[in-house]
Amino acid sequence: METPLSETLLSETGERPLQLPLDAWHRARGARMVPFAGYEMPVQYEGIIAEHLWTRSSAGLFDVSHMGQLIVHGDQADAALESLLPGELKLLNDGRLRYSVLLDEDGGIVDDLMATRRGGHFYVVVNGATKHDDLEVMRLRLPRTVIDHMHEQALLALQGPRAVQVLERLIPGVAELSFMQGAAFTIAGKPAWVSRSGYTGEDGFEISIAASAAEEVAEAITADPFVKPIGLGARDSLRLEAGLPLYGHDLDRATTPIMADLGFVIGKRRRAEGGFSGALRILAELEQGAPQRRIGFTLDGRQPVREGARILDAEGNEVGRVTSGGFSPSLQRPIGMGYVATHLSEAGSVLMLEQRGKLFYATVAPMPFVPHRYHRKAAA
Amino acid sequence: MTLYFTKDHEWIRVEGDTATVGISDHAQAALGDIVFAEVPEAGRALTKGGEAAVVESVKAASDVYAPASGEVIEGNAALVDDPALVNREPEGGGWFFSMRLSDPTELDGMMDEGAYREWCKTL
Repeated sequence: METPLSETLLSETGERPLQLPLDAWHRARGARMVPFAGYEMPVQYEGIIAEHLWTRSSAGLFDVSHMGQLIVHGDQADAALESLLPGELKLLNDGRLRYSVLLDEDGGIVDDLMATRRGGHFYVVVNGATKHDDLEVMRLRLPRTVIDHMHEQALLALQGPRAVQVLERLIPGVAELSFMQGAAFTIAGKPAWVSRSGYTGEDGFEISIAASAAEEVAEAITADPFVKPIGLGARDSLRLEAGLPLYGHDLDRATTPIMADLGFVIGKRRRAEGGFSGALRILAELEQGAPQRRIGFTLDGRQPVREGARILDAEGNEVGRVTSGGFSPSLQRPIGMGYVATHLSEAGSVLMLEQRGKLFYATVAPMPFVPHRYHRKAAA
Repeated sequence: MTLYFTKDHEWIRVEGDTATVGISDHAQAALGDIVFAEVPEAGRALTKGGEAAVVESVKAASDVYAPASGEVIEGNAALVDDPALVNREPEGGGWFFSMRLSDPTELDGMMDEGAYREWCKTL
């Protein structure tokens, strides 16, 4: 394998990244900071497994201020966005969120994102590592649309089964939000945009506030004994258990929404009308299937098979690659995601994985690995 | 009994021509939660600096190298079922393997405990 311990330990240091608004706050709480997406980010406080299980059983506070928060202005913002995203945005109600993907001309995924209609504009949250590229793509391809980057905005996520009771104490009325709905509130005397959404599979909220208010808001939330700060390490293991793809790993420009098993992002009207970037290819794949498909897998034993491992068929031919792999703290077994030839993507199919010359048997498993517990209200 | 450390954060506890090998407290703390360990089987020949065992945290996989050459006496079977033992007792019950040294002079010049702990502070 050729990875000495000294190197694994060193690989967490590098050139000087930017600091989050809560940098000092994280350090004071014992966070280990690592460079990620151009920022120094807290990877863990007390330990990834403990933080992971705490989030699943109580409530965890994540600092995701590295993510890009954008405003797409104008009456025609929905039409403009619909030329780049395959989702139904024209009929999206005020205060509703939609998960979508930004597409290049070939239908490859430039980023995945959340778009919210917020009065006369759209509020769009994109990945931290890709936000500058996204802005460039959007400004180039939507030259008549004004797009602002909210540089001075922080983003916190409160996730877990106790998130709602914790936040309701600080923001009376917030419990009325249903999954994928947002509204303006006040928290600790500061204006905030709060949505019921997240990246863990749990019920929870994302809270957008001015960077200058971040410390006060984080203090107010973590004053509740049900809340602990949670690092990036557990964020990754939680999203993997929830079957949620991570851009740059499980999604990239070489993958389309159909390959990524994200067909649900293509709105019903959009399927009939097309008119979005890469529509020709994506609608053909929707009809005929894509050559590869994103799958989840489980492994026996305890050893994780990680990103980059080759996936082989019974004859030893390469039929795909692992794109995320790790140890599931909730299930106490290794799990992962990858892409395989579509004929091998049915749940229950047995795959062979090769990592550092060692072979592993994996079984294609339905995702999420751990059931989602979103707060969905019955349709009115 | 003498305890030495390598710059790859392995420790080796030597008694006569036999030795026990593990990873340091500094290493386990930096790795975080350990979820998998693979230890060598009895009888395997090891070369100083060669791969001897594997340790995986939630985040990453690393090799554990043989601090000296020789033959494996025993791998620590307890780590297979309970890899977190490395986090709890890195320099005790969380040992990886024991070995018979083929050339004890290979240990000459290795860091002792005091030198290693001082060196870790500079990292």
